[in-house]
Amino acid sequence: MSDQQHSGPSGARTEADAGTGTASGTGDRIQAEGVTGSGDVQASGTSHDALVGDEGSGAPGAGAEGGRLVERAGHDGELTRTWNNPGLPSHVYRRSDVDQKAAQRREREVATFFGVSTLGTLLFIVAYFAIRPGGEDILEEVSLSTKLLGLGLGLALFCIGAGAIHWAKTLMPDDEIVQDRKPMRSSEEDRAAAVEAMKEGAAGAGLGRRKLIRNSLLGAMAPLGLLAIIPLRDLGPLPAASLTGTWWKAGRRVVTDPTGRPIKAAEIPIGTVIHVQPEGVENASHPINERAKSATLVIRLEPDEIQVQKQLDWSVDGIVAYSKICTHVGCPVGLYEQQTHHLLCPCHQSTYDVTRDCAVIFGPAARPLPQLPLDVDEEGYLVAREDFQEPVGPSYWERG
Amino acid sequence: MALEQIAGKTANEIDERFGSANFVKRSARKVFPDHWSFLLGEIALYSFIILLLTGTFLTLWFKPSQMEVIYDGSYVPLRGLPMSEAYASTLHISFDVRGGLIIRQIHHWAALIFVGAMVVHMCRVFFTGAFRKPRETNWLIGSILIMLSFIEGLAGYSLPDDLLSGTGLRITEGVLLSLPVVGTYLSFFLFGGEFPGEDIIPRLYIAHVLLIPGIFLALITVHVMLVWYQKHTQYPFPGRTEKNAVGYPFFPVYTAKAGGFFFITFGVTTLLSAFASINPVWLFGPYNPGEISAGSQPDWYMGFLEGSLRLFPNWETSLWGYTVSWNVLGPALIIPGLLFTPMILYPFIERWVTGDNAEHHVLDRPRNVPTRTGLGVMALVTWLMLLAAGANDLIAVAFHMSINTITWGFRVLIFIVPPLAYVVTKRICLGLQRRDRDLVLHGRETGRIVRLPNGEMIEVHEPIPDARKWELTQHLVRQPAEIGPLTDANGVPRRRILAAKVRAKVSKFYFEDRVEPPTPADVHELESSGQH
Repeated sequence: MSDQQHSGPSGARTEADAGTGTASGTGDRIQAEGVTGSGDVQASGTSHDALVGDEGSGAPGAGAEGGRLVERAGHDGELTRTWNNPGLPSHVYRRSDVDQKAAQRREREVATFFGVSTLGTLLFIVAYFAIRPGGEDILEEVSLSTKLLGLGLGLALFCIGAGAIHWAKTLMPDDEIVQDRKPMRSSEEDRAAAVEAMKEGAAGAGLGRRKLIRNSLLGAMAPLGLLAIIPLRDLGPLPAASLTGTWWKAGRRVVTDPTGRPIKAAEIPIGTVIHVQPEGVENASHPINERAKSATLVIRLEPDEIQVQKQLDWSVDGIVAYSKICTHVGCPVGLYEQQTHHLLCPCHQSTYDVTRDCAVIFGPAARPLPQLPLDVDEEGYLVAREDFQEPVGPSYWERG
Repeated sequence: MALEQIAGKTANEIDERFGSANFVKRSARKVFPDHWSFLLGEIALYSFIILLLTGTFLTLWFKPSQMEVIYDGSYVPLRGLPMSEAYASTLHISFDVRGGLIIRQIHHWAALIFVGAMVVHMCRVFFTGAFRKPRETNWLIGSILIMLSFIEGLAGYSLPDDLLSGTGLRITEGVLLSLPVVGTYLSFFLFGGEFPGEDIIPRLYIAHVLLIPGIFLALITVHVMLVWYQKHTQYPFPGRTEKNAVGYPFFPVYTAKAGGFFFITFGVTTLLSAFASINPVWLFGPYNPGEISAGSQPDWYMGFLEGSLRLFPNWETSLWGYTVSWNVLGPALIIPGLLFTPMILYPFIERWVTGDNAEHHVLDRPRNVPTRTGLGVMALVTWLMLLAAGANDLIAVAFHMSINTITWGFRVLIFIVPPLAYVVTKRICLGLQRRDRDLVLHGRETGRIVRLPNGEMIEVHEPIPDARKWELTQHLVRQPAEIGPLTDANGVPRRRILAAKVRAKVSKFYFEDRVEPPTPADVHELESSGQH
């Protein structure tokens, strides 16, 4: 679809910025430069549009203070300091500009895009009513429906865009227009007038003279922000001590998560890891909050693998229990490597050595996982001897 | 023509009420400079509109509630399971609302594209110096938009209340807890008590669908209005100057191109969503704070935070009964602060160094500002390395490497690679400038070897077109600022000498290495001496 390009005789069209109301001088000047500014050495005195438009806003290289702009002074005073802007290149005509047949072809291409878009819309409507997922193979049906609906909608949208852009690029006028750019800074008169207007207004309000009004208004406005903050107090309870305790209590049975089955100590094979919760956690006033704190891992080691006395004291026949909540930012420590006895957090890879009281051996966690002291009840089921001795989960300011 | 009559009548009615003719007169033919790199911001804008449209559709069915329900929808594997209403309604949208899944996928893909387009757009603005006066405000607005989009994205992907999104919230809670003094309070206020509670989804919902989009809408409106009012920048091509704008008129060319591009963006996002699955929440299951899946990853724009959390050493101090978790505070707050504060302030930093008070509408070629380009690449490389570090587990699996080795590698390389990237980028820029200089002075190599009568072989060089010569030499080169005399004419020491000294140092860092573009005089001299 690439148009063979024909060079036309005319230069860039120029047009004054209708909003500025200035005369259309810019374009003319550029054209004039385009003629003369051939990159050759020239007499000085021509305009330097390439330089920054710094009039009225302080020269860029002013003083030794700034990062100075290099003066590109010629070796000869007669020479220009810089190159002249050569101006816009001459306009290149597209084939559709000069060949009626090519233009008609472009028109048909644009219409084809729009036509395909209509087909896309039809496809969407047909697919919407023809496919109603809900049978046995729901995933397959939803997948097919999604693909057809997406294809229809995608084509409907894409082809409108493609058609519009093709239209703009091949058939709409492509001569570049030059408009003046005024400096953002207002004219000196406007600035003076603005200052005058503000002064007049301020004098009218008399804020300078009527200090009582000004000060009392400030006094009234300043505390208004409190009214936006204070009502937010009831967003939640104060933290108090609720971060320290969990649902584990002395004598509470250890049950599997999520099936809730109590566990006989004798039935756990060596090397096993079991995800557990305290029995009856579902009866707590906020079960999900309690589950978030009480999630625990029960692991059976060979008793002689345990290297820390406290850990041994709190274990039952090599069965140890540790909080499942990572002490880094609180992800469940879900990965246990049986050979090395390492617990790994899948979020940020904090690694704990279970044989060394879950000391951190790698990763960003700073503290070992808290251990839950275990016991067995008279029926041989695992129970907690007491709650965790320290807060579980991530550290916080008041943790101590 | 009838159409023209109707249009005329309508225009008349409107103008008699709003005086719109004046605006149309000024604006219909307003010029917009054209370049492919100006499309990047448009992609972001259009993605935002797509997000508004698809998001509204999703709200018609989504229930932002953590009340427990038993699922009985069409997705058989989860039937009978207890889950939150939020998760159940997400499944309902995906399986029981026709077109629900495609709209959900468009919404998610558009969010990824939205942030991505903003990042790339920001790179374009940075490396071409488009942030310079008078456009600093738009840089600030853009910075706010980009950071806000991270929060908006996090809130959005937390809403389905599946296992993955719940894990993201758990990490958010851990980060909040690490804040000294106020951490536990903020966390309890956000979650309405202990984690996870029953309030977080409704609260994130209203932030996600009203609060943050409202701020977005306001800021984007100002952003675009400023582009309109200050006129777009343009590249230093022949005919473009600081005092003009060269391009196509708003109506019809720009209208057709920009409007068409909206449809293209929407269409491509839709086709992507039709064939590429994203966030299949039904595979993750409902959130259970005791469960997790391996390879948990946030959406890509949060990846740098994930990476910095993974890399940071496990430092924690406990003094006088209070704990400071540097292992969370550092990566989640300090490192992003170190990355984003200089980014936000950059236009003002550079202006302080250059002392440049002029307006700039013609863009820089990145090579012509080597130090800025180098610093930008350095920041970008740091950010991308953190992003990559956030995938260290995936890298370990893909390349059968030890995760410990990879983590340690990143920990070391994060201090080596970014400075190296700065140096290499700067050298490349200076090298490119020297090549430009050679091209202007000696022309391009033609590949034609000629043997001179004396037997010498030379390659013929051909002068490049004058327009090209101008493109390669139009920029201005700065020299380091000088401190100047430390005392005034009367021998009284100048004030604020330290500031001046610091500034001179920074200025030297910026502008000591430079390549002067040849002047017409240089070429003239070369020509008259018969050399090429």
